Amino acid sequence: MLIKRPRPGDSARIQASEITPESAYVSRRELLGAALALGIGAAGMGFSLRADAATTPLKFSRNARLSLQEEPNSYEDITTYNNFYEFGTGKGDPVANSGKFKPTPWSVKVSGEAEITGTFTLEDVLKGHALEERVYRLRCVEAWSMVIPWIGIPLAAVLKRFKPTSNARYVAFETVHRPAEMPGQRSNVLKWPYVEGLRIDEAMHPLTILAVGLYGKTLPNQNGAPLRLIVPWKYGFKGIKSIVGIRFTEREPPTSWNISAPDEYGFYANVNPTVDHPRWSQARERQIGAGFLSARVPTQMFNGYEKEVAQLYRGMDLRRYY
Amino acid sequence: MMSPTLVRRIIKPAVFIACLLPLLWLVARAFEIGGGLGANPVEKIQDTLGQWGLRFLVITLAITPLRDWLNAPWLIMLRRMLGLFAFTYVLLHFLTWLLLDQGLYWSGILEDIAKRPFITIGFTALVLLIPLAITSTNKMMRRLGKRWKKLHRLIYPISLLAVWHYYWQVKADVREPLIYASIVAVLLGWRLWKTRRASTRAASQSAALARDA
Repeated sequence: MLIKRPRPGDSARIQASEITPESAYVSRRELLGAALALGIGAAGMGFSLRADAATTPLKFSRNARLSLQEEPNSYEDITTYNNFYEFGTGKGDPVANSGKFKPTPWSVKVSGEAEITGTFTLEDVLKGHALEERVYRLRCVEAWSMVIPWIGIPLAAVLKRFKPTSNARYVAFETVHRPAEMPGQRSNVLKWPYVEGLRIDEAMHPLTILAVGLYGKTLPNQNGAPLRLIVPWKYGFKGIKSIVGIRFTEREPPTSWNISAPDEYGFYANVNPTVDHPRWSQARERQIGAGFLSARVPTQMFNGYEKEVAQLYRGMDLRRYY
Repeated sequence: MMSPTLVRRIIKPAVFIACLLPLLWLVARAFEIGGGLGANPVEKIQDTLGQWGLRFLVITLAITPLRDWLNAPWLIMLRRMLGLFAFTYVLLHFLTWLLLDQGLYWSGILEDIAKRPFITIGFTALVLLIPLAITSTNKMMRRLGKRWKKLHRLIYPISLLAVWHYYWQVKADVREPLIYASIVAVLLGWRLWKTRRASTRAASQSAALARDA
């Protein structure tokens, strides 16, 4: 018989209504520190210690209207199991290999079809915006999902400050390229730097956010520090991490996974249970944290955000524009 | 020279225990001993079992070449056990998919086997392994005689299917599947080369005989 892991609803899990208090993190850190001091700390513990130590608490308010009512996944699940190919292709690689990455200081280059362009510090990009907590489901193209309490700001509010022109029909994003700090970039698994893009109406949609934190603290390196995109109705790979470039364009920009395998990953990449990946089904997904014995659950159209976003794609053949 | 008693009494039991270690590791981890199985335990179990299934297939396939290269005929005494471990791990890998991942969701399972080439290939490899496992007993070897060897050559296509299954399953990083592919290519290529050489020799010998006659 296998041990059942905690699942949504279990008291062992962090409640949606309460963010883990700072004191709990600190005591965990002390515990880990003590474990390391005693020489019983495994390598993995050392990494989580470092990841925790690098994040700082944020001031934010919760946007309940745009948040799921579901319980979020544990901080550990979110920060130890994800894809960030810049740090390796395994889902444990980002936490294991991102310790050398330096997310501060940080600046973002804004260019293209906008009245205001140039290079801005992260502080400048965020200035004047109140941080919000948004609890979203993240659906990976690999058919698993998590519920994550992101901290961020609506992308639309940021983009408007640069006064995009009428030619700005798309927004392109670019990840930092630092092979010295990002070991995954030393192999050609994908073409570097990672690039992503959105249609301008998708970018301006109120659900689309630039995230700077999760669980009330700044993003750990492995989750895309210090600035990443979250588009909750699209597959996770659209959520480009460690963003250094924002460019307004007239034409559809190239996107990394589409370059890598155009028949498998489209520009839109909307979560859609009726359009399968050529090699696997997208009809059902495994909920991370739900335990050994829980079955996959049906994937929802647009990841459950159909009411909010379906009108963006009215009249489009979603089989063709996958 | 390794005595058959030494192999039977010491080496074989030791290898048997070693072959069980990946499975014991999984069971321990499932009970949170020495760490857990991570955020996605079902995937971890499935991947670990599949990976070891492939490894044992490759190890089994390597026994005959290694015997020749190292001049170690006793290695053959381990081959059946290694092959049965390959089958066991592959079967557990399949059962994990069926029970834990798919949760006996039959319409999805049948659709996957029929429609997803990498699953079709993996399933075919498993099905082909079944007769090999069933006919692995001494009794079956005797009963099948020469046909036994022919039947067990199925391991060649099976190992190719297994590597292909792995290659098609990964998203972009094909480095590891390619390592397995090259090892299998060497192990099968060596057999091909040996058969060719044997038949050329036979041909030249019969030519020599004809000349002498």
